[in-house]
Amino acid sequence: MAGNYLTEMTDFTSDKRLAKENKIKQLLGKISLPWTITIGYLILILLLPITALITKSITLGFEEFWRIATSEVAMSAYEVSFLTALIAALINGVMGTLIAWVLVRYEFPGKKVIDAAVDLPFALPTSVAGLVLATVYSDKGWIGQLFAPLGIKIAFTRLGVFVAMLFISLPFIVRTLQPVLQEMESEVEEAALSLGASEWQTFWRVILPPLLPPILTGVALGFSRAVGEYGSVVIVSSGIPFQDLIAPVLVFQRLEQYDVAGATVIGTVLLIVSLVLLLLINLLQQWGRRYAVK
Amino acid sequence: MQLNKHYLLVAVAVGYLALVLFIPGAAVFYEAFHLGIKPFLSAVSSRDFIEAVKLTVIIAAIALPLNVIFGLCTAWVIARNQFPGRALLMSIIDLPFSVSPVVAGLMIVLLYGRNGWFGGFLENIGVKIIFALPGMVLATIFVTLPFVAREVIPVLEEMGSEQEEAARSLGASDWEIFWRVILPNIRWGLLYGVLLTNSRAMGEFGAVSVVSGSILGKTSTLPIFVEQAYKNYHTEAAFGAAVILALLGVVTLVMKEIVERRVHQH
Repeated sequence: MAGNYLTEMTDFTSDKRLAKENKIKQLLGKISLPWTITIGYLILILLLPITALITKSITLGFEEFWRIATSEVAMSAYEVSFLTALIAALINGVMGTLIAWVLVRYEFPGKKVIDAAVDLPFALPTSVAGLVLATVYSDKGWIGQLFAPLGIKIAFTRLGVFVAMLFISLPFIVRTLQPVLQEMESEVEEAALSLGASEWQTFWRVILPPLLPPILTGVALGFSRAVGEYGSVVIVSSGIPFQDLIAPVLVFQRLEQYDVAGATVIGTVLLIVSLVLLLLINLLQQWGRRYAVK
Repeated sequence: MQLNKHYLLVAVAVGYLALVLFIPGAAVFYEAFHLGIKPFLSAVSSRDFIEAVKLTVIIAAIALPLNVIFGLCTAWVIARNQFPGRALLMSIIDLPFSVSPVVAGLMIVLLYGRNGWFGGFLENIGVKIIFALPGMVLATIFVTLPFVAREVIPVLEEMGSEQEEAARSLGASDWEIFWRVILPNIRWGLLYGVLLTNSRAMGEFGAVSVVSGSILGKTSTLPIFVEQAYKNYHTEAAFGAAVILALLGVVTLVMKEIVERRVHQH
């Protein structure tokens, strides 16, 4: 990190520079341990593994990479992953907003417990979630039996993947929105209502616009989580290609078949998608902050 | 009229939560105990189960302290220094949350697996990382890396550096400053991070599953035991282990609530 300080230093005149230099020497002497641990640990745990994945992809060559990345099985796995995750995240965008609204604005018995229980998907291991969703949403399960007479099978179909993704992504929207709602004052709404706006107008024109950035941030976070989800989906789906096989399960299957190249390529595609999503989420958060300042 | 609408919205929200979260949550306990306590007891006294518990605890016991040390150092670096690339560093730390656990496991296999970068070297010196404890620890560290730093950074920023500087000018050493000044101030935030790290470390399935080979009684943690038992139609055993993990989750949530209240008091 010394390099950063050095570039800064060139801006100073010489006597100032000397004083600064001494100070930096002191600082470096004192801060070196936390810096060393931070940088060393990040390289060992994060950057080295990511580099290994990317290097492996590069050594395959572009044509081979493209062939595997766009193979029929892979394309159908992306479709199942991305489309199902998108629908789940969007539905939770609506339902999560409603839940956050109700939890912040209304009083009702059991509110505190319900509020705390929204974090359940964070606290429950994914394999437990998969196990219990497969049980509850199977033909004979508590909820599955309500749908079975209609000819709707949920567990071990694409709908099972969808339910698992609903489960896993819901808290992201609720938890992103709650603090924003708490800070939003109800006076503005009341003013709009008293000026003769209908409830409908108040909702669309006054309440929703400032909530849009956090809702979209939550949806993006939930989508990102759902796209990467493995544990619950692998248990609640059958993992059959072209039906309910998602991309992370495909990576796992490829590894099991000792097809390291296949696993690497699809894994890299997933990595790139999550990096793009991370960037998008950062931009959304910045947008949200700007909104908050206004 | 107004009140009715409120009730309707509450009913829709709670109904949806029930369908997606609460009924499945309750079903874990129902399925584990609906035939009485006996199937549960026999499930949790099997050898494979006990081995899985042991392994889960060992992995968390290694990964947790390492991530606490890293988290504290990183939080300090970010909260107490202004430097170019600070925002980038924060994004890098958050990376494990956006990477799919399977991809995380895959990366570790590519690094330490038989054909991986260090595979040949490790084979020569007779150290096994993949399909063994070290790989599972590495995978767990990877997925739980951000928690402590994330929780401690805002607390450190809020605390400001005046107290540290005062202590330093009074002649306190770095070590003393850490134990006597910083730690007491960040203890609730740190505890919160530790709780989240531990819960995820004991519950991680995907990443650990990729590097473990899921050998029952050997490299199977509790979450992997749940999947294996279910796949082999030992539903009672699966729910026996699931209920233990769910209890851990509930305890974490309750403690989180308590700690959260303490954090907001300060």
